[in-house]
Amino acid sequence: MANNNTLISVQDLKVYFRTGHECARAVDGISFEVRKEETVCLVGESGCGKTVSALSILGLIPTPPGEIAGGRILFQGKNLLELDEEDMQKIRGNRIAMVFQEPLTSLNPVFTIEDQIGEAISIHKNVGAKELRDRCIKLLKDVGIPSPVQRLKDYPHQLSGGQRQRVMIAMALACDPDLIIADEPTTALDVTVQAQILRLLKSIQKIRSMSVLYITHDLGVVANIADRVYVMYSGIFTEQGNTAQIFHDARHPYTQGLLASLPSRSKRGKRLYSIPGTVPNPAYKPAGCPFHPRCPHAILTCAKEYPEMCDYGQGHLARCPVLLEGGDGYK
Amino acid sequence: MELLNKDKQIVLRVQNLKKYFPIRRGFFQKIAGWVKAVDDVSFEIEQGKTLGLVGESGCGKTTVARLILKLLEPDHGKIIFRGSDIGEFTEKDMRPIRKEIQIVFQDPFGSLNPRMTTGLSIEEGLRILGIKRGRKRKERLEKLLKMVGMSPDSADRYPHEFSGGQRQRICIARALSVDPSLVVCDEPISALDVSIQAQIINLLKDLQDRLGLSYLFISHDLNVVSYLCSTISVMYKGQIMESAPAEELFENPCHPYTMSLLSAIPDPEPGIKREIELVEPDLSDSLITSNGCNFQGRCSIEEPRCLEEKIGFEKVGEKHFVRCWKAAKK
Repeated sequence: MANNNTLISVQDLKVYFRTGHECARAVDGISFEVRKEETVCLVGESGCGKTVSALSILGLIPTPPGEIAGGRILFQGKNLLELDEEDMQKIRGNRIAMVFQEPLTSLNPVFTIEDQIGEAISIHKNVGAKELRDRCIKLLKDVGIPSPVQRLKDYPHQLSGGQRQRVMIAMALACDPDLIIADEPTTALDVTVQAQILRLLKSIQKIRSMSVLYITHDLGVVANIADRVYVMYSGIFTEQGNTAQIFHDARHPYTQGLLASLPSRSKRGKRLYSIPGTVPNPAYKPAGCPFHPRCPHAILTCAKEYPEMCDYGQGHLARCPVLLEGGDGYK
Repeated sequence: MELLNKDKQIVLRVQNLKKYFPIRRGFFQKIAGWVKAVDDVSFEIEQGKTLGLVGESGCGKTTVARLILKLLEPDHGKIIFRGSDIGEFTEKDMRPIRKEIQIVFQDPFGSLNPRMTTGLSIEEGLRILGIKRGRKRKERLEKLLKMVGMSPDSADRYPHEFSGGQRQRICIARALSVDPSLVVCDEPISALDVSIQAQIINLLKDLQDRLGLSYLFISHDLNVVSYLCSTISVMYKGQIMESAPAEELFENPCHPYTMSLLSAIPDPEPGIKREIELVEPDLSDSLITSNGCNFQGRCSIEEPRCLEEKIGFEKVGEKHFVRCWKAAKK
């Protein structure tokens, strides 16, 4: 599965959270890989385990209550789950960096922009004060912040939402990482600003030949930036493939339902398809296929047997044996 | 704005609405300037139709909603609801009107009282206005819950027992309890999960068809607005920049701001990538404006005239208005 083009490969990762007598299986056996210079999107609704997957790559799952119950995360040949904290720190923020959703809450309000960008560099690289400052200025310039020298002395509250997210990206870029994990980086932003940030990420990715693991619930964003897509539901991948396969030839009822339920101008006057029911509680997942209570194609076996991944060729997989055997999906 | 289509019944007409908030500074709290949250806004909503109000955060959309509901007093302008100017009404005069205009808020987690059962929350309006008592009120409650797709026994449960989508249904039931004719929906789906959003959109549409409701639909999501609304007004820094029937606005946008908004929509169609013409948003205080066009500094077709003159809201087509002299000239 892993060829030498693979940057990071996650194999059968399981992350559980135990609280009292409950056990929430937030991530329940997912496998994916990100290749060099590729943008991979994890799409799913809130609570499906997207963020937990990302945090476990960086070893940021709070234990307890969290617990990595199984699996491997291979990054450049090393299993990140077996590293001790000291080795992990050499990777976190250095080789793998993260951009969080809420730029205002993830920036420290009492430190200047310079302090915060500089922190990442001074931890991982041995540079003098002068060079540190120059690097910060260059980073701010790279992420398109006007008059970077003045901005260095600013505090987060002095910047707009889009600017803050640019600073977050600059911090992530500080050590020239191989992989950036972006967890809903544009969800809190306006559409026009979102478009700018997406464009920025794309261009930086090209210049620095990085890989991006992009986590979002917005299918519109996915369509615009992804090379490959993993659709997540209730802790597992229900479908994976390249962007065209997912958007034009979806083979899982959940993906089909999501796409059919997106409002758009071309659907005016027609009734939107809506997936009935709600996302299951991760502590009380339905038996068998987790999607079966909401699925229009569900048959008796769906409630009993855990569905296998079905191969549609060229890397396109969907976890629904019912549709493989000749369901026609919804129109 | 001239009156259009007098023959059609117009539920709400807003004319030259203004609301400025003072910025106070210093020990004596002297007024140092004004934030023009709503600056000369005019629109109208026809019976049974939906007006979409779109714009970036902080552009004044929610202030417009609060002015219409008279939760804020307008500084200037008229709010004509079914022929009477409620802008000048006192709180006492407003009483009978209150039941006609209702609101559904963005965050269903914050807008329901956690200590009141669903039933009490929904009934509250009926109780305050003294509509229906005893058995009749109970029947009404059950009917409302059924209408929004909830089971009648949820009346005795508390908000924390429900998911976001269900809570938003409860908020809709509460808004509809007093038989309003206009419902202001302030970002009603943006806090919900993707697979739940379609449920609520369908519910709002069904209710409109059944009850002949009019909506003022406030959103920043152009995909939703394009699907749901008959007319769209684009707001920027307290002013409506462009207003047109939905199809017309998407086919033939005139204002440079509308164009940049449209090109920024993340399109769920891979492969079609439009080149985006965008100017950096400015860093200055977003609502404090100087002379001339509010869009100055971000506009791609700016000319010296834009910085000096007050720009009027001009007609460029059937029901199509734009606040840009260059676009209007074309």
